[in-house]
Amino acid sequence: MIAIVDYGVGNLFSLVSSLKKIGVDAVITSDKMVIENADKIILPGVGAFEDASRKLFNSGLAELVVNQAKQGKPLMGICLGMQMLFDKSYEYGEHKGLGLIRGEVRALKDNLSEKYRIPHIGWNALKFSMPKSPIFKYLEDGDCVYFVHSYYATNCTNSVVATTEYGFDVTAAVASGNVYGCQFHPEKSGDVGLKILKAFAELE
Amino acid sequence: MITKRIIPCLDVRNGRVVKGVNFEGLKDVSSPVELGKYYSDNGADELVFYDITASYEDRTIFTDILREVASTIFIPLTVGGGINSLDDFDRVLKCGADKVSVNSGAIKNPDLIYQAAKRYGDQCVVLSTDVKRVDGTFKVFSKGGRENTGMDALEWIKRGVDNGAGEIVLNSIDTDGVKGGFDLEMLSAVCDIVKVPVIASGGAGKIQDFVDLFNKIPDVSAGLAASIFHFGEVTIRDLKLELNKNGIPVRLIK
Repeated sequence: MIAIVDYGVGNLFSLVSSLKKIGVDAVITSDKMVIENADKIILPGVGAFEDASRKLFNSGLAELVVNQAKQGKPLMGICLGMQMLFDKSYEYGEHKGLGLIRGEVRALKDNLSEKYRIPHIGWNALKFSMPKSPIFKYLEDGDCVYFVHSYYATNCTNSVVATTEYGFDVTAAVASGNVYGCQFHPEKSGDVGLKILKAFAELE
Repeated sequence: MITKRIIPCLDVRNGRVVKGVNFEGLKDVSSPVELGKYYSDNGADELVFYDITASYEDRTIFTDILREVASTIFIPLTVGGGINSLDDFDRVLKCGADKVSVNSGAIKNPDLIYQAAKRYGDQCVVLSTDVKRVDGTFKVFSKGGRENTGMDALEWIKRGVDNGAGEIVLNSIDTDGVKGGFDLEMLSAVCDIVKVPVIASGGAGKIQDFVDLFNKIPDVSAGLAASIFHFGEVTIRDLKLELNKNGIPVRLIK
């Protein structure tokens, strides 16, 4: 069973529906017992970093998620949930993240010329680092996934497992041991996205 | 490289897709769920559902349909029509919408964009605007394009983005329904003044119109259309193959 952490941000309807579609048992929860008993954890999130991290830390769920990850339970952060895995974010100030993956989150606009529109919205192709991360085992080169974001993870070279080209090689996915993160939305990326969720669900 | 998006738009009333839809091989062509799935399987990059019901009771039918769509189709869903308050945002987001499109609601209450962007994030708020030339300038029209608000369209769109709209749908009333191609001049003017993605709407009549759109205005992120897809005049698959052949980056379904 996968626990989708509910800390009051984001639209979790599609995420739980997409897992159901591939036959994976998932529950949206903020119950610590349920999260502790789950096989895997997904940390979702949309919106602003500061608001989301405050909710995650104030609810005590941040500490729980960190502890669970440190005990080896597979964890996947999606979109803002991925950004929260890092040490800090510079979205409107400087805010602390969960510190599970070394690196930081910065504005795309600081690294892009005028001709690139922000947010980075739409379907973009993945370029995988080798060896291919187990969450991409069912994917092929050039498969596209759906992005929608204005900030990106940087200074995290060692954990990057996929990039996408948008003016430069933007961090698309990261992994560090049992902790995974996708900047894009697998639950909104059609069959390609479902294959990523399936691979994550199959992790030992 | 980011791909150009192709977005079919479905008008829904009483739980059914309106505008005569004509497809072979679809059992129920006016079912938003079946039609949405058909488009998704054929390569649609996103779906827009426009709620054109008037009464409160019918709104419930719409959200039931939306929930069903979101449980079966895993591509981005945008919902528009009757979005006048944060409660309306909440109502459709809870049922699986990813983005919410505001039009008349923002004209009546310009603060709505700011409030919604603050609560749900810029990426969630799409400003959809119906624009028509009046005495050589672009004016914002409301009430489905019937009423001239007198507002300058470029100023209105710029202000919407400053207030937090993360995407613009520009519907040209001048080219809408004519099927003579998108309004390249109007789109170019809007792309010049905002830096968020701009979606072209109004005027698509054939595949070449999309080729011209993306070739002549490379700044445009997506093309939206309804009837040419519904009537089966153009399939999204053929359209994308032709765009690809013309060197325009698109997502091709295997």
